[in-house]
Amino acid sequence: MSASIEMPVLKDMFDENGLAKDTHGADAQPIYLDYSATTPVDPRVAAKMIPYITEHFGNPASRSHPYGWTAEKAVENAREEVAKLVGADPREIVWTSGATESNNLAIKGAANFYSEKGKHIITITTEHKAVIDAVRELERQGFTATYLDPEPNGLIDLEKFKAAIRPDTVLASVMFVNNEIGVIQDITAIGNICRENNIIFHVDAAQATGKVEIDLEKLPVDLMSFCAHKTYGPKGIGALYVRRKPRIRIEAQMHGGGHERGMRSGTLATHQIVGMGEAFKLAREEMVVENARILKLRNKLLHGLETMEEVYVNGDLEHRVPHNLNISFNYVEGESLIMAVKGIAVSSGSACTSASLEPSYVLRALGRSDELAHSSIRFSIGRFTTEEDIDYTINLMKSKIDKLRELSPLWEMFKDGIDLSKVQWAAH
Amino acid sequence: MAYSDKVLDHYENPRNVGTLDKNDPNVGTGMVGAPACGDVMKLMIKVNDAGIIEDAKFKTYGCGSAIASSSLVTEWLKGKTIDEAYAIKNSAIAEELALPPVKIHCSVLAEDAIKAAVADIKAKQLAKETA
Repeated sequence: MSASIEMPVLKDMFDENGLAKDTHGADAQPIYLDYSATTPVDPRVAAKMIPYITEHFGNPASRSHPYGWTAEKAVENAREEVAKLVGADPREIVWTSGATESNNLAIKGAANFYSEKGKHIITITTEHKAVIDAVRELERQGFTATYLDPEPNGLIDLEKFKAAIRPDTVLASVMFVNNEIGVIQDITAIGNICRENNIIFHVDAAQATGKVEIDLEKLPVDLMSFCAHKTYGPKGIGALYVRRKPRIRIEAQMHGGGHERGMRSGTLATHQIVGMGEAFKLAREEMVVENARILKLRNKLLHGLETMEEVYVNGDLEHRVPHNLNISFNYVEGESLIMAVKGIAVSSGSACTSASLEPSYVLRALGRSDELAHSSIRFSIGRFTTEEDIDYTINLMKSKIDKLRELSPLWEMFKDGIDLSKVQWAAH
Repeated sequence: MAYSDKVLDHYENPRNVGTLDKNDPNVGTGMVGAPACGDVMKLMIKVNDAGIIEDAKFKTYGCGSAIASSSLVTEWLKGKTIDEAYAIKNSAIAEELALPPVKIHCSVLAEDAIKAAVADIKAKQLAKETA
């Protein structure tokens, strides 16, 4: 990296050569392996953004002076970069505040616009909540919905998808890459089925940009959601792709000054947009090399963890982005597992923040038991992950899992050859 | 979830982890909980002929509070009579570890484990007397 900007947080994370600092050790910040939650802004991206907060602060909608013209030029340049990464026309890109807004705008906007055609929607139980809850809201407004379960590997059975189609199906929404298990759906095949049946097809691609090739010139997709902060851009900015040929119409969800050709009103956040443009440009230029490097790290992590007994990978390994490894450790309880791995920043399949232990709905949809869903960890690797990080993680996981299993009566019973499914538990 | 220092101490350095010979007539075993509920505790106590608990061991599948609760009771049990052990209340465990309300069930489970282990040793003693 060639960034030389002075930012306290980035300075802490990177050394003078722009390389991620060695942050291992008990008192250091945990190693960041949660890139699917969010990524740091690439210092090169941050450097591009800053002038648009201070010097070039104009409103891109101001047509009567150079402040506005400069901002507008930056916005349009960024729009072109976003379009280029995904094989779209810049005029098909609508700025939003992020993937949640894009998903809401696409699903509610298209369903409402085309509701005379029908009021049935198909989606998948493993979608992000921003899709599921938007569809639920439409149900509240009188639409009906089918929530398809994926196969145990996380992928959709195309025949089951076809079978869910009704004469009044107006919209289908399927995510490109799953946020928890990283599996890649066959968007081309699903899109073709939608085309044949005259169904609007929306794809949530928040986890896909920079990870899989996206070419909307070829993909039979009508609407696609993006965000910047999973691809080394800033939070709070996203985009919705709205196909022009054939033209897809959506009803605006945000009314106001008629920005973004009336589809999304609101003054454009120039600096955020510039950041997203730069982040997507870097993704386009570097993704092939970067993904090969990340795949090596992921496989190293997988092979390191697989040396332990009773570990289960969640989701298909072949149709999967290189960044993700989601793995369950049997006979270890989820919350104690999270306590044990404080040295790494990861996500857990167990949401133990409240009185009720809610296992991951995605892993449950794959048919995983509550126990395995609870004891899962999502490792997500990214641009600044090093081989040392992976070595540290493998050693940490091995020693902690060993310790917890030493403590576990279930592990002892398993080792004694007792079939735990046949034990009469005193449920409480 | 914020844990108290005592919970963290027992979690990091659990006391008396292990098993005793379950076939020993002086050893009582209590196993409570279920994997689907997120915790299983196994508590074993060794009682001498005077009815005093000489040794206690545990294994727990569960959250940090469940591990700490069972680790703590193994410390408390040693040197107690089985009747004193039977009288240990979950509230004392919860208080000692400063468990938050959502984790009170961990202390309840630890109390249940003690009662189950005591019941097991009493049954063994009864079997010995009637033999």
